[in-house]
Amino acid sequence: MTAVLEARGLGKKYGRRRALSDCTLVIPAGHVAGLVGPNGAGKTTLLHLAVGLLQPTSGTIAVLGGRPAESPALLGRVGFVAQETPVYAALSVADHLRLGAWLNPGWDNDGAERRIEQLSLDPSQRAGKLSGGQRAQLALTLAIAKRPELLILDEPVASLDPLARREFLQHLMEAVAEHGLSVVLSSHLVADLERVCDYLIVLAASRVQVTGEVEELLATHYRLTGARRDPASLPAGQQVVQASHTDRQGTLIVRSEGPIHDPAWTVEQISLEDLVLAYMSQAGEADRVRRSGLGVVR
Amino acid sequence: MIRLSWRQFRTQAAVACAVLAVIAVILAITGPHLVHLYDTTVAPCKTYGDCGLAQSVFVRSDGKLQSFLADFLLVVPALIGIFWGAPLIARELEAGTFRLAWTQSITRKRWLAAKLGVVGLASIAVAALLSLMVTWWSNPFDRVNADRFSPAMFGERGITPVGYAAFAFVLGVTAGVLIRRTLPAMAGTLAAFVGARVAMTIWVRPHLIAPVRTSLSFLSLGSKTGVGIGNTPSGLSMIVPETAIAPNAWIYTNQIIDTAGHAPTNRFLRAACPLAAGGPPPGSQTGGGSAGPHSSPSGAAAFHACIAKVAAQFRVVVTYQPAGRYWAFQACETAIFLALALILAGVCLWWIRHRLS
Amino acid sequence: MKGDRVIEFHLDTRSGVAPYLQLIHQVRQALRLGLLREGDQLPTVKDVVARLAINPNTVLKAYRELEYEGLAAARPGVGTFVTRTLSDASLAAHGPLRQDLQRWLAKARRAGLDDDSIEALFLNTFRAAAAQDIA
Repeated sequence: MTAVLEARGLGKKYGRRRALSDCTLVIPAGHVAGLVGPNGAGKTTLLHLAVGLLQPTSGTIAVLGGRPAESPALLGRVGFVAQETPVYAALSVADHLRLGAWLNPGWDNDGAERRIEQLSLDPSQRAGKLSGGQRAQLALTLAIAKRPELLILDEPVASLDPLARREFLQHLMEAVAEHGLSVVLSSHLVADLERVCDYLIVLAASRVQVTGEVEELLATHYRLTGARRDPASLPAGQQVVQASHTDRQGTLIVRSEGPIHDPAWTVEQISLEDLVLAYMSQAGEADRVRRSGLGVVR
Repeated sequence: MIRLSWRQFRTQAAVACAVLAVIAVILAITGPHLVHLYDTTVAPCKTYGDCGLAQSVFVRSDGKLQSFLADFLLVVPALIGIFWGAPLIARELEAGTFRLAWTQSITRKRWLAAKLGVVGLASIAVAALLSLMVTWWSNPFDRVNADRFSPAMFGERGITPVGYAAFAFVLGVTAGVLIRRTLPAMAGTLAAFVGARVAMTIWVRPHLIAPVRTSLSFLSLGSKTGVGIGNTPSGLSMIVPETAIAPNAWIYTNQIIDTAGHAPTNRFLRAACPLAAGGPPPGSQTGGGSAGPHSSPSGAAAFHACIAKVAAQFRVVVTYQPAGRYWAFQACETAIFLALALILAGVCLWWIRHRLS
Repeated sequence: MKGDRVIEFHLDTRSGVAPYLQLIHQVRQALRLGLLREGDQLPTVKDVVARLAINPNTVLKAYRELEYEGLAAARPGVGTFVTRTLSDASLAAHGPLRQDLQRWLAKARRAGLDDDSIEALFLNTFRAAAAQDIA
């Protein structure tokens, strides 16, 4: 399988502020990839780099094998739904479909019109009068009807109520099933992504913390509880993601390719949410240490 | 993309068309009347010998409409820059819709070109039509005033409004791209446009073509309207109105000097023209303390004697742009503003491609 | 096609059971209860994801698993169809067994057991029996 997105040492600075550092990442085709991270982690920056709205300050990024937005042809193969799903407030729903047809050679007008009908949107309605959920659906319809191979969505459901959120994801998954497109979508909530994603990228503190297929990640991460002991005493191949302990008890989140047989531990599978949180808090810790300049004195 | 640009612009275009239509109707109704008035009052004035009176009455007709048109044509380019130019891209940047537009199957270059092309051409068309209508309507006045190079008239006739409109529009777009917010961009556009117009009028326009310097005999001017001797607070001085030298010319300086470069002294004038020195001459037209050839039969003789004496020693040295250069100036200034517009369009493209990412 | 659809999937995200396994369970359950019979078409992948808002790969994986178990077969371009029933003989026994259970439940209630206790007792016994079977 080829990669839909490939980043090597990718970085972006705004003035002196680093939004993204040394990001190396390969997202294979055929996945619905979730990009998770706390607000301000660099998710939007990464996605904007991927659609060519931003230029990297260091490193390279390739999307579908080309430099983002390098040509109209490549632009046509990548669909994008920006955060807050901007639409032209003064134009009607029908105008937006026309806009899509004018600007995209591969436009699927029947599909778009059918979708608008399914959503029971009034074509003559001004886009500025739509609800948040309807606006998001319109933006998604536009992005899907250009028939992209890769669809990139930036926090598409963050501002939607639960029903609109579900409807949006239904629409999205239906398009994935129908057209077989690859998807990268970001969210700061794991719960939004659990059902839909089979690939996960955790981005925190401007860096990629972990990436891989969801099933594989779930199969290789464990929660170990037992008497407190030095995490360094774990066998090779077992990597501690997060450690917390009381005076007596220790709890570790561990990544291990093989099963864990040590009888001193109680071994549990962990949920996707716990896994993501473990990586995020680890990143937060490392970031604090890096920023305070104290290093690893303790 | 052209269709989308047009779709986004069509409401504004409709408003502009409506305004143009209203003005066209008003001018079409009043215009022929003005021509008739000119033909019956100013044209035959030589026959009746009342040209001064006829002209001064005629130029005041339709005064409100005249001043409205003057003001309107002056501000239209600025309005285009503020309301069409500044929001064109600033609004997309503010609303985030540029992220929608720039991720369709079209390059930013084409996106910008279509937007600039559609609204830019509309701006040019509006300015051109308006200028055409006003130039036509004002023709009788302009013939009387014979002052086509005056700053007010030069910028409101012919093709210069086209250059201003194109420039103001792209200036507004550029301000929007650089500032990224609609309201500040509008304010910036107004300030920059006024600055550019003033700078052009005061500092650039006079140097576009080297002026002609010529010296005229005083006698050749003596019979023209308005030439005379003025009784100013600082003493007597010769008066040579610009229209007397050449109608519609742009006079930079006109000096009355002798071969050594000196102006006539007060003493010389008193001696040469005792009538003017004696106070307001009988039957003076202008009442400003001056003497003209038509004051009265005896006054006329004295005036001619005075002129002859002055002409024997002094000549009028004029630095000016002949009336024939009017269209060269118009073309030159329009070209400069169009070129500036193109340069700014390039700046916009560069900024959009490199700095907004 | 909509009219032919026999079952509808649902998903419990808090159960901790992988979504594709939940789909397989639901098909097996429907087969056991006789809701699904040989020849019935399973919902298309598109229908399932449009309803549940889940990743299509999850549904594909569940269907592949069902094919592997010999319970379903894909006809390219048409859909996935049930190839075997799980109910056959056992379905007939459901009635009497249910009656037995109802009688037993009534007895348990009379003995003062509440719902939780009944459930716990049942599960314990079930597991103990299963353990004995293995041994």
